[in-house]
Amino acid sequence: MNTLIAITGLGIFCLLFEILNLRKAIIPITILGLIGVLALNYCEFGTEQSYYNNMIAVSKFSTAFSSLFIVLTIFLVALSHNFYQNHPTKISDFVAIKVFLLAGAVAMVSFGNLAMFFLGIEILSIALYVLAASDRLNIKSNEAGMKYFLMGSFASGIILFGICLIYGAMGSFDISEIHESALSAELPIWFPIGMILMVVGMLFKVAAVPFHFWAPDVYEGSPALTTALMSTLAKVVAIATLFKLIASMNFISSLENQDLLHTFEVIVVIISIASMSVGNIMALRQVNVKRMLAFSGISHAGFMLMTLLTVSASAGVLLYYTAAYALAGIAAFSVILYVCRDQDNEDITNFHGLGKTNPLLAAVLTASLLSMAGIPIFSGFFAKLFLFNQTIQAGYIGLVIVAVINSIISVGYYFKLIIAMYSKEPNQERTGRPFLIYATAVVSIVLNIALGLFPSLVLDLLK
Amino acid sequence: MNVSTILIILLIGAFATYFSGDKLASKVALLFSLAALGCSIVLLNNYNAGENISVINSWINQPKISFALNGDGLGLAMVLLTAALTPIIIFSSFGNEYKNAKGFYALILFMAFAMVGTFLAADGLLYYIFWELALIPIYFIALIWGNGDAEERRKAVVKFFIYTLAGSLFMLTAFIYLYQKAGSFLIEDLYKVNLSACEQFWIFLAFFLAYAIKIPIIPFHTWQANVYQKAPTVGTMLLSGIMLKMGLYSVLRWQLPIAPLAAKEYMTIFIALGIAGVIYGSIVALRQKDLKKLLAYSSLAHVGLIAAGSYTLTLDGLRGSVMQMIAHGFVVVGLFFAAEVIFRRYETREIGEMGGIRTQSPKFTSMFLILVLASVALPSTFNFVGEFTVLYSLSQINIWFAILGGTTIILGAYYMLRMFQHVMLGETNSKTFADVTLNEGVSFAVIIAVLLFFGFYPKPITDLITPSLETILQVINKN
Repeated sequence: MNTLIAITGLGIFCLLFEILNLRKAIIPITILGLIGVLALNYCEFGTEQSYYNNMIAVSKFSTAFSSLFIVLTIFLVALSHNFYQNHPTKISDFVAIKVFLLAGAVAMVSFGNLAMFFLGIEILSIALYVLAASDRLNIKSNEAGMKYFLMGSFASGIILFGICLIYGAMGSFDISEIHESALSAELPIWFPIGMILMVVGMLFKVAAVPFHFWAPDVYEGSPALTTALMSTLAKVVAIATLFKLIASMNFISSLENQDLLHTFEVIVVIISIASMSVGNIMALRQVNVKRMLAFSGISHAGFMLMTLLTVSASAGVLLYYTAAYALAGIAAFSVILYVCRDQDNEDITNFHGLGKTNPLLAAVLTASLLSMAGIPIFSGFFAKLFLFNQTIQAGYIGLVIVAVINSIISVGYYFKLIIAMYSKEPNQERTGRPFLIYATAVVSIVLNIALGLFPSLVLDLLK
Repeated sequence: MNVSTILIILLIGAFATYFSGDKLASKVALLFSLAALGCSIVLLNNYNAGENISVINSWINQPKISFALNGDGLGLAMVLLTAALTPIIIFSSFGNEYKNAKGFYALILFMAFAMVGTFLAADGLLYYIFWELALIPIYFIALIWGNGDAEERRKAVVKFFIYTLAGSLFMLTAFIYLYQKAGSFLIEDLYKVNLSACEQFWIFLAFFLAYAIKIPIIPFHTWQANVYQKAPTVGTMLLSGIMLKMGLYSVLRWQLPIAPLAAKEYMTIFIALGIAGVIYGSIVALRQKDLKKLLAYSSLAHVGLIAAGSYTLTLDGLRGSVMQMIAHGFVVVGLFFAAEVIFRRYETREIGEMGGIRTQSPKFTSMFLILVLASVALPSTFNFVGEFTVLYSLSQINIWFAILGGTTIILGAYYMLRMFQHVMLGETNSKTFADVTLNEGVSFAVIIAVLLFFGFYPKPITDLITPSLETILQVINKN
């Protein structure tokens, strides 16, 4: 709870800085503030408490994921400095929006009441719509913002409808009350229908197939930093919330009582397989790196959805997977931001010869792509390992084999980028070594590798 | 002192090489690889003196993964092979200039690190991690420093990477499945698991996919010749000399003892595949015009025989194949080095454009001849010991296997000697061919000395590997 208040306060401070004309200080102070918030959040870890009539329920799950979100936001704020250099008057707005977005994200994983959940998701989404359209003179960015807004509000509507149906079935918005009454023998059919509607809405936010159509266009059109935010932070938030929704309302046992569990599992398996396959196959053909990472993100969403099959045991695995994926994503995007900062597109040709002109950043990008492809010793490998282990334990060996085949396909496009960096001749001069971009890239990839060397640190958090 | 010391030396060496700068890199790398060799010899002594050189530490609690390295005779023999070949390979590259040399030599040491790890790992997952790690440096070595047309090279290397990764991921699935049964990734626990015949079949197949691609066994060999040709010679040496031994070693260490029922049931099929590789490789080698490709196919033929020997499940077969792995490792490195020596002077790998080297450089000719003869298993070379033990074990299974496998020697003699004739004898080439330099001579001399020494006196190696092979056979025959 303190975390949430502190984040909101920090956001308001960011806006005040503009008025006080302290633009130069805004990024360092926000980063320091976020580190403070992280410490605050760390202190809350392990306590189980609820606030304001159970509107906010702090648990291990919520604090662990909140810490991840805060870390990701720190990186994203650090990257803002160079990205918004040409818009000095707007930097406080952009940073403040990111901080508010973080507040929405924290609310989404620590809700104790469906009303709070909806508030969280709207805070996050509206911040994202604004950021997607934030390059306001660029027609593509406008298109992305508009598209995302239309599709996103539609999904929000579905979620809201689902919440209403659940209220109709249970007579309450409160998670703990729903949790208890979900096990009663006589449940109106509205409850599972409402849950499914909420899941569909969340799958939209996650960009899982078949609700993924907005993702590539929005990712490509948005400013690169927003794409970084969407593909790391926003995706991780959405999947964690979806997981919490299903886990916290006894949905699985309730379905089991009504003999619907099998249907649900089949649907999850199908969506998961469809997401990874469609994402991977489409990614193979992309020449725009942002678009490629959008499709790669869709396929990773498919992997993460596998955790929904073993909800009771896989919170730690999900945390590990999301952390590994998001850290690799941040590292990759900081290199993309650097390479494409003076370009009008993010085509793969921009990366030609990066290995010669800029070996450090090329190594970082290579490492992050290898992590996403699931090569040891990077944490992406362990994420997949734990996920597969969990899933085989639950008896879905066929699903794991499909996932393995998808991992092989994914190597095809990740390596396209690696090859471009190392075996093509450089086609442009790159000058300047912006400190914050370098620092973000290196720190995030080091964190990624550290997670790979000591997986227990994160994996055992939610035991 | 335990086996992790070698790994630490090689890893530190890789970083030290990278930070020592382009000028010093090759020397620093050589120094560290020699240190690793020295360390492995000391460890061998300790092991022979009965000291415990294994390591076991827990690493990840859930799922239970340990950092377990096991130094037994078989593992040590392979580590020695790696540790001995790495300095030779590094030293042999001293005549070449590489762009960004620090990266190049660091990757070589890193690859040696991963390969040594693969040979020592006693935990399934740790083994898998090292196994995959070895793939990354060779990918970059072949991609960045390779030769030939860039586009073709890219295709060959990516195909290689995706092929090998595909195979290993199925092995990973098999390991995870085994973990569900055994509750641990430790090799002793995996040996103890009781699996039904059906489970064993699928697990055997998953392992086979990984190893057949790496070794390579027909029909999974299509990546090999192109990558050997396109990679820089150092990369080819690493691949053919050490990396494919990872596959052969893993057959003995992991595949056969974990799925013994399947190994016995389908023994003839896998022996037949190995021997098919022998015949196919030899026949294709006959028609090659590119020296490196010819050597690649000859290597395919030889490893086919080694694989066939491993699948016989007899002590002789296993022992012969391990000895042949070591012998083949040395001889193939020597032969690729000879191809490189010729390339340095003639700038070509086409056999048709060479010729008449003998009159100009007698020293090089005699050393090359010894390597060629060793490669066709002339008695008194180490290859003879290995190859004939394998053939003997094949004859115990079925005399036809031995006869067909024996074609490797007949066909091998034919294409190798014909190659020698075209390359070294014949009309004097108009281009001059300087005799071997001191550096080159030292590399050749070391390789030849090893081959001849163990050819006359293979006892140290048989003594080293026999106990561990017997243990493996016990596990295979336990039920």
